[in-house]
Amino acid sequence: MTAASAVTGEYARQHLIDPEVCIRCNTCEATCPINAITHDSRNYIVRFDVCNSCGLCIAPCPTGAIDNWRNVPKATPYTPDEQLAWDALPANIELDVVPGEGVPSEVRALTEAATAGQGGPASPPWSASHPCVNLYSIAKPAIATVTGNYRLTGESASADIRHIVLDFGTLAFPVLEGQTLGIIPAGQQDDGRPHGVRLYSVASPRDGERPGHNNVALTIKRVMEDHAGQPVRGVGSNYMCDRAVGDKVSVVGPYGASYLMPNHAGASIMMICTGTGSAPMRAMTERRRRRMALNEGGKLMLFFGARRQDELPYFGPLMKLPKDFIDINLAFSRETGQAKTYVQDLIRARGDDVARLLQDDDCYIYLCGLKDMEAGVLEAFRDVCAGHGLDWDAVKPELLARSRLHIETY
Amino acid sequence: MSIDYNQTIPNNVDLATDRSLQRALEQWQPGFIDWWRELGPVGSQGHEVYLRTAVSVDPGGWAHFDYVKMPEYRWGIFLNPPAADPKIHFGEHKGQPVWNEVPGEHRANLRRIIVAQGDTEPASVEQQRHLGLTAPSQYDLRNLYQVNVEEGRHLWAMVYLLHRHFGRDGREEADAMLHRHAGDPNNPRILGAFNEKTPDWLSLYMFTYFTDRDGKFQLSALAESGFDPLARTTKFMLTEEAHHMFVGESGVSRTIQRTCEVMKASGVDAADKLRALGVIDLETIQRYLNFHYSVTIDLFGADQSSNAATFYSAGLKGRYGETKLDDDHVLKDATYPILEVANGRIAEKQVSALSSINERLRDDYIRDSVAGVERWNRVIEKSGIPFRLQVPHKAFNRKIGSFAAARVSPDGRIVSEAEWNAGVGNWLPSDEDRAFVASLMGRVVEPGKFANWIAPPAVGINRQPASFEYVRFG
Repeated sequence: MTAASAVTGEYARQHLIDPEVCIRCNTCEATCPINAITHDSRNYIVRFDVCNSCGLCIAPCPTGAIDNWRNVPKATPYTPDEQLAWDALPANIELDVVPGEGVPSEVRALTEAATAGQGGPASPPWSASHPCVNLYSIAKPAIATVTGNYRLTGESASADIRHIVLDFGTLAFPVLEGQTLGIIPAGQQDDGRPHGVRLYSVASPRDGERPGHNNVALTIKRVMEDHAGQPVRGVGSNYMCDRAVGDKVSVVGPYGASYLMPNHAGASIMMICTGTGSAPMRAMTERRRRRMALNEGGKLMLFFGARRQDELPYFGPLMKLPKDFIDINLAFSRETGQAKTYVQDLIRARGDDVARLLQDDDCYIYLCGLKDMEAGVLEAFRDVCAGHGLDWDAVKPELLARSRLHIETY
Repeated sequence: MSIDYNQTIPNNVDLATDRSLQRALEQWQPGFIDWWRELGPVGSQGHEVYLRTAVSVDPGGWAHFDYVKMPEYRWGIFLNPPAADPKIHFGEHKGQPVWNEVPGEHRANLRRIIVAQGDTEPASVEQQRHLGLTAPSQYDLRNLYQVNVEEGRHLWAMVYLLHRHFGRDGREEADAMLHRHAGDPNNPRILGAFNEKTPDWLSLYMFTYFTDRDGKFQLSALAESGFDPLARTTKFMLTEEAHHMFVGESGVSRTIQRTCEVMKASGVDAADKLRALGVIDLETIQRYLNFHYSVTIDLFGADQSSNAATFYSAGLKGRYGETKLDDDHVLKDATYPILEVANGRIAEKQVSALSSINERLRDDYIRDSVAGVERWNRVIEKSGIPFRLQVPHKAFNRKIGSFAAARVSPDGRIVSEAEWNAGVGNWLPSDEDRAFVASLMGRVVEPGKFANWIAPPAVGINRQPASFEYVRFG
């Protein structure tokens, strides 16, 4: 692979070394198998036109200085001379910033945490549509009307997951599948400051929850305990789950220029999610369902985990989709009378098909759900690779370089 | 006792099938573990530490992170893969194939070189054994233990060479390395700097910055050796040595950063007032630097050395970056500039390049050291504080070589005994300085918390956050 193929769209991810952290030990230069790293008496640098993002230099670096990436315009990456003169790394170019309006810092922090597994926000697939981002700020939010609020989980299920529809009336709020929007809950925190932004993935396709309508759907779980099981009443989720039809809510965004679906004919999508991590998967699936008649080709493969069947959002509609349209694999970890099954178990069980899709340059892979799932899924990929004569340590950088692996976990 | 070799001693030297090597190591290994328990890190035996273990030499295998109890650390034996058709590239044997076994005529010298290198590895573990009790954070404690276990592995690497290639006297030398002890007046370590105390964490950072860097340059010179097992062993050790220098460079840098933060926030710059605020004044840091730098450059040996010339001509020990140097790599008629005291002044003179191999390595070391000091200065500059750290003159505070008899100030002037005595309190750490630094050394064990005198690191280990639980105390 050459560096040129690591580039998608107008932007590329450039591998850089942090001169403030680097101690010039030469380990990276000695490790690089293709001599992409060089140095002068001041800095160690990576040559953009040589580096193939193989990642072999990352683990041996004693300092972590090696593990830095910046979005750069494809035509004008940082030159070796520029890098050699640096005292510090330049700021990253946020791909989803509209000049004159900053993304709220809390949104940026959430995005960074969610995408840490892939080394920060990546480039979108080459055939992704151009997203609109950051049209509405905290100072000037869009006001939407709640036009639907349905419980998706069974009445007996402990989890209260809801499908909430927001209508923007005559206000433009264009979204793509995989993007997120922010809700500002009404009211104040204990210290009198306004509540911060809560991010939710859009669960409806770009032409609206109802085609031709200016609305979006969200999948929201009412949070009553934290990850450790301690009772915590989630401010944003309870606010949204309690909205009645006709209520107004303040919305900011949209955000995200990376976790977007491919649009080219023949593109396949592997979707791996748990719980409300299904929102972007529902959006992508619904987009493809509405275009089924066009026979554009490409497979959809879904790995979807929940504790029990009645806690699995969209279970009913999902089951009605044709088998030749989407390959559905459901994992239940707490179903009475069944062995605990996790998405990673199903990925291993479907190893032949997963290995085929990992090697298919037209297949794009999306993970969304709890952080716990991420490590297990990546381990499952490693095992599947090992069982099929592939090396995950070589496959993963290739996937990232081609923008074929997208991770959002929280 | 029986050992499952590939499990307990990760290796790429085919240990599982080499019966005589197994027997030698089976004898030596219990002694090593006893030595570790007795003179390794104090009070650490039950801790689970987030350590890097090398399990193979490829980039994916030598940085394997997990929690480990240190006595159970898997000290491995690794040689870098051999080059295709390797040749000796300097000295009288230049162009000939490398040696895979020890040539009889070089046996004594090679053993001496390996023992001198090997002796430093357990020495530094001994010097640092009490520091775990005063670590400024879990992160730093983990880094100390990583340095300690890798020094232990470096000892294994040298012991492997002695056992595999030097027969009975090799085994005796390997045993002796467990019997000499740092600072033991009856049976000290071979080199002076390795008998000094490392009493506090600023000393540790200075030691790992300056003295482990000596290790880097010695290993680099040995990595050029015509004795291929030595060259390949030391090449692999260099990758680990980088972490040790990182601990030093970032440790001093974080100490400086914290001092500068307090200077800016308080508007105070007088040393005594800064000390009252619980940080180490930059002047004291400069004095520590002067000490560790001058003690360390003595480790390169006399500026003119017939032994060094012999080692070079025989193809046993090359120069730093030998293959990248543009000369004949034999140096019969070449000259090299060294400094000497003449007529009460320090002057340069040209001498045989062969006999000044040590001095050349010292000069390479100095260039590398100065570059890091400049990075420390950038931290000070960024804070807008008008102070610069600098390394002292090469002739300052030397105990070995042509300056051993001279009194030289840090700025390179020959001074009288009276002037030396008047100035030394500003040039080298006083007992009072050391007592003050020692007074700051309190133990911080909560994840993510750091002692007041040091800033947190910019990035954690292996992409973990600074607040990660790097040590589970047992």
